[in-house]
Amino acid sequence: MELSEQLLQYLLSGLSTGAIYALIGIGFSIIYNSTGIINFAQGEFVMLGGMLTLFLLETLELPLWAAIPLAVLLATITGLLFERLAIRPLRKATPISLVIITIGGSILIRGLAMLIWDKDTHAIPSFSGDEPIMLGGATVLPQHIWIIVITIILISLNKWFFNHTISGKAMRACSYNPRAAGLVGVDVRKMVLLSFMISSAMGSLAGIIVAPLTMTSYDVGIMLGLKGFCAAIIGGMSSGIPTVIGGLILGILESLGAGLISSGYKDAIAFIILLLILFIRPQGLFGKPESERV
Amino acid sequence: MISRFARITITSILLLMITSVSFAAGTIKIGALFSVTGPPAFLGEPERNTAKMVVDNINKTGGIKGQKLELVVYDTAGDATKAVQMATKLIKDDKVVAIIGPSTTGESMAVIPVVEKSKIPMISCAAGSKITEPVKRYVFKTAQNDGLAVSKIYEYLQKHKHNKVALLTVSDGFGASGREQLKALAAKYRMQIVLDDTYGPKDTDMTSQLTKIRASQAQALIIWGTNPGPAVIAKNAKQLGLKIPLYMSHGVSSKKFIALASDAAEGVKLPSGKVIVSDVLPKNDPQKAALIGYVKDYQKHYKVEGDHFGGHAWDAVMLVKAAIEKGGASSEGIRNALEGIKDFHGIGGTFSFSAADHAGLNKDAFVMVEIKNKDWALAK
Repeated sequence: MELSEQLLQYLLSGLSTGAIYALIGIGFSIIYNSTGIINFAQGEFVMLGGMLTLFLLETLELPLWAAIPLAVLLATITGLLFERLAIRPLRKATPISLVIITIGGSILIRGLAMLIWDKDTHAIPSFSGDEPIMLGGATVLPQHIWIIVITIILISLNKWFFNHTISGKAMRACSYNPRAAGLVGVDVRKMVLLSFMISSAMGSLAGIIVAPLTMTSYDVGIMLGLKGFCAAIIGGMSSGIPTVIGGLILGILESLGAGLISSGYKDAIAFIILLLILFIRPQGLFGKPESERV
Repeated sequence: MISRFARITITSILLLMITSVSFAAGTIKIGALFSVTGPPAFLGEPERNTAKMVVDNINKTGGIKGQKLELVVYDTAGDATKAVQMATKLIKDDKVVAIIGPSTTGESMAVIPVVEKSKIPMISCAAGSKITEPVKRYVFKTAQNDGLAVSKIYEYLQKHKHNKVALLTVSDGFGASGREQLKALAAKYRMQIVLDDTYGPKDTDMTSQLTKIRASQAQALIIWGTNPGPAVIAKNAKQLGLKIPLYMSHGVSSKKFIALASDAAEGVKLPSGKVIVSDVLPKNDPQKAALIGYVKDYQKHYKVEGDHFGGHAWDAVMLVKAAIEKGGASSEGIRNALEGIKDFHGIGGTFSFSAADHAGLNKDAFVMVEIKNKDWALAK
C-alpha cells in the first residue's frame, strides 16, 4: 500500500477520534468559563451517555432513536443534580476545593455505574450498519461519518447559542465578569447550572456516538475525559473553534504517532502536548495572553 | 531458668490446645485470593464462584475423609500490595493449610515470597510462566502457560504454510509475556516476525497499527490481549478490509469476545482451553467428563456458562483435595502430594506435576478453535 494512502487513513482515523475529544473538551471549557473550575467529572458524563444508552437499549428494549435522546436527557439530569448537590452548596469554596469535589464526584459516579450495571465492556450497535466506505485509499465506517456530522452540528448549535440567544449571551457575560453580570441582572447561579447541563449533555452525546466504535464500560470516562481536557487546554479553554481544533490536532497526532513512530507513545503524545502547552503557552495555542475565553 | 521452662511449656500446651481445637472441629481451612473487583474481575469473579461451588460440592458429598473443607476468600482487587496483605492474613490469622490464587501474574509474583517463607503451598490461577519457572518449592499453578498457547498457534500456522506473521500485543503484563514467548518461539517454528507492534489496554482505535500491518508482507496477524482491545481490533480490521487471517490469544476465549466483536469475530482463530468447546470435543478426550460436569454445574449454580477462568479455580481446589487425600491435611503433606500428582484430568488440561515442573501441563491443554456463526468450532 502507498504511503499516501496510509497517511490518509491515519488522518481520517485521527479526525474522528479528534472530534470526540473536541466535544468533551468543549464541555470542560463551558463549565470553566462560567465557574472558573475544571470539572474532572466531565469524562463520567461521556461514560454515562454510553452506559445509559446501553441500559435503555438492552434492559428496557427501547429502539435506538428513542434511547439516545433519553440517555442524553438522563445524563443532563445527572449533571443538574451534580451541580445542585455537590457544587452549589459550596459556592463560597475556593476553586481548588471545587476541583477536588469534581474529582470526588467522578469517582462516585464511576462507582455507582459499576454497582448499578457491571464491570464488563459492552458493545452498542452502530447507527447505520458496519459496511466500510472507501474514501480514496482509506476506509471509514458509517459511524465515523455520524461522528463528524453530529460534531459539526453540535458545535454550530453551540456557537449560535452563545452568540444569538439571551441565555448564551448572559453566560458569556458571566465568563467575562460574574460580579458585573450579576449587577446588571444576570442570574449567575442559574447560568452555572445551565453550563453544567449543557456540558453533561454534550459529553453524554459524545459518549453515545463513539460507543459503537470503541465500546463502553463503567471506566471509559477517565481516559476520554483526560484527552478532552487536553483538547481544551490546547484550545486555551475556549468553548468555540480553538478547542475543536485542539481536539482534532490531538486526534491526528495520536493516530500519526501510533502509525509512524510507535503506538506505545500514543497516550504519551497527548500528555506531552498538555505539558508543553501549559509550560510554554498557558493561554492555549491560539490565544493571546489574557484573551477573552468564549 | 525454671520460669523460662515454664513459659515454654505453657506456650506449647496452649499451642497444642489451639491446634487440637481446630482439629476437633473437623474442618480443613483453605485460603483463596481472587481479584473479585478491580480490572481483573473477569478472572476473579468466576474463580471465586467456582471455588465456592466446588467446596460446597465436596462438603455435601462427605468432605475429604470425613473432614469438611472451609474456604476463606479475600478480594485483592487486582492489587499486588493487597494480595500480599491478604496472603499474610490468611497464613497468620486464618491459619490456612494451602492458598488458591491469586488471579493475576503480578499478584502471584508478589505473594510468592510470603508463602515460601511460611511454607504454605499455593496454587496460583494466573498464566505467567515465571510463576513456576524457576520452580519454587511451595508454588504451583493451574492456568496454562502463555508459551503453550504460542506453540499451538505456531504449529497451526506451520501446518497451513504461513510463516510471515505480524504481532499486535497489548502493553500490559499479559501482552508483554505473550510477546516475549511469541518472539522466543518464532525460530523453533521457523516463523518470521515481519512487524511487531503494540497497543494500550484502554485504546479505542487501532486502525493506525492495522494500516501499517496491511502495508506489510505478513500472512497472518497474531493479536495478544484481553477484552475489549482484541474486539476493537477485529472491528477495525474489518473496517480496513484486512485480508490476512486473525489469530488471537486464549485471553479472549469467552463468549464476551464474540458479543463485543459481533460480525467482526467471524473466522477469528485462537488457542483455547477446552471448556468452551466441551460439547464438541471427541469422545475419547480424557478431560471430557470433568469438563461437561463442570459446565453443567456452573450453569446450574450461576445461570451463566462456566469459562476456563473458573476452571483454573476448579483445578486448584480439586488438586488440593487430591493432595489432602494422599498426603494428609498438613501444609507440607499437601505440597509433597501435589508434586507427586500424575495424569489428573482437570478443566485446564491434564496435570502431571514433578519436582522439576510445577505447571504440569503440555500444549494438548489447548485446542485451536474458530469462531463460526457466533459460536466456537474446532479449527481444522
